[in-house]
Amino acid sequence: MTKVVVVASGKGGVGKTTTSAAIATGLALRGFKTAVIDFDVGLRNLDLIMGCERRVVYDIVNVINGDANLRQTLIKDKRTENLYILPASQTRDKDALTIEGVGKVIEELSEMGMEYIICDSPAGIEKGALTAAYFADEAIVVTNPEVSSVRDSDRILGILASKTRRAEEGQGELPARLLLSRYSAERVEKGEMLSVDDVVEILAIPLLGVIPESEAVLNASNAGTPVILDVDSDAGQAYLDATARFLGEDLPLRFVSVAKKGFLGRLFGG
Amino acid sequence: MPLEQTDTDVVEFKGRMLMVTVLQVKQAALDKVNQALLAQLDNAQEWLRDVALVLDFPPNSDPVFIHEVVSMVRLHGLNLVAVSQASQVPEEVLIPLELGVVALSSRGGRTLSEKESTPAMKEVVETVLIEQPVRSGQQVYSRGDLIVMSSVGTGAELMAEGHIHVYGNLRGRAMAGVRGNTNARIFCQRLNAELVSVAGHYYVAEDLPEKLQNKAVQISLNVEALEIQPLNA
Repeated sequence: MTKVVVVASGKGGVGKTTTSAAIATGLALRGFKTAVIDFDVGLRNLDLIMGCERRVVYDIVNVINGDANLRQTLIKDKRTENLYILPASQTRDKDALTIEGVGKVIEELSEMGMEYIICDSPAGIEKGALTAAYFADEAIVVTNPEVSSVRDSDRILGILASKTRRAEEGQGELPARLLLSRYSAERVEKGEMLSVDDVVEILAIPLLGVIPESEAVLNASNAGTPVILDVDSDAGQAYLDATARFLGEDLPLRFVSVAKKGFLGRLFGG
Repeated sequence: MPLEQTDTDVVEFKGRMLMVTVLQVKQAALDKVNQALLAQLDNAQEWLRDVALVLDFPPNSDPVFIHEVVSMVRLHGLNLVAVSQASQVPEEVLIPLELGVVALSSRGGRTLSEKESTPAMKEVVETVLIEQPVRSGQQVYSRGDLIVMSSVGTGAELMAEGHIHVYGNLRGRAMAGVRGNTNARIFCQRLNAELVSVAGHYYVAEDLPEKLQNKAVQISLNVEALEIQPLNA
């Protein structure tokens, strides 16, 4: 049974692609056969974050148009077993994706035995985002702790609730969970950022995890390594936790309060 | 003229919600239209003669026919104000008729049938109950009362012909009595609204008293102004 998961946010730049790459890698590390699809046609990024940009031959638009088959197009990740990347086209625009075409791709991935398909949605609430979300069984909504991002997430939640196949077939609302990224406990304490509780209260969906604002994320992007593989970093660990919660494990939240450096921390420079 | 008089003491723009009734002309046969209209007016309530009426023709209707329908509607004493944009009536036809053009949303609109305009039937209009959060960008309309058990996000819109109850945080817009019921009220557990309105009289967030922010309140219309009172005060 394949589970299709859309990673959405409404607003751009909040960490959708970072999250798609991290969660897909996390699931593959747990042994699930996972595909991650870049739906951001025209603004392809996932291949960079996954470090496979030099191996892109075909893309999802080629598959939909019948120029290439899925097996030729899928890129097998070199670091992580069970992980496959379906890149977006950089030269086309989002109208090149059709619901029928995407439906066929997802069906074919499912026949290949994928257990999870992670759909990295483009920003916005237009056709591109709707196409990415259409076949989803559940959603991860990525939000930054600031009002504009939270409002856009609220908007996308409303859209996810009504404009997916699940909703159209009357199977009820799409289950959605919140991933709060770029969280800075220091700034929350100073009142410069919304707290976890504030955001959860506004969006009223279960919390999947909190990813701290971290240099590791940028370093990982630049290096083309999903940050979850940087297991010594706070962001990497937070994504490992989020993956575990995604799979139903119950873990306490980390990185949500200001770390007070203890004696040992001071000694070793924490 | 006293010095401190400002421009807005003389003229002032004020936003009001206006309900229009659309008369859809579906067949281009004047006699039939006249008969059908008369029959429906016989059954209609007196209020139909006062509401703003907009005519809607099929695109590319004959200008002579349009002219005749307009005269006929005016003869029946209806308050005709405009023709719908979708009718695509050329300007040179409209100008001598002294009519405006309004764009109507393509969505819905309900048929004012004989049954619905009977006062006895009005009391059984169903209340709409929403248990999920109303998200930014979503709109909910109720022909009666509207009850939301959860929160209403910034950028969401509630509209009800009757009362509105929100048992969560009201951050969006709430418009009660949208068809002119001045007795309609808005109740909410936490007032953080962008806009509240009763029968077209509205307050935007700025007008809401600071001390009632985030408080449980009821909002009602007192003659010409909205009144906001704390609940359990």
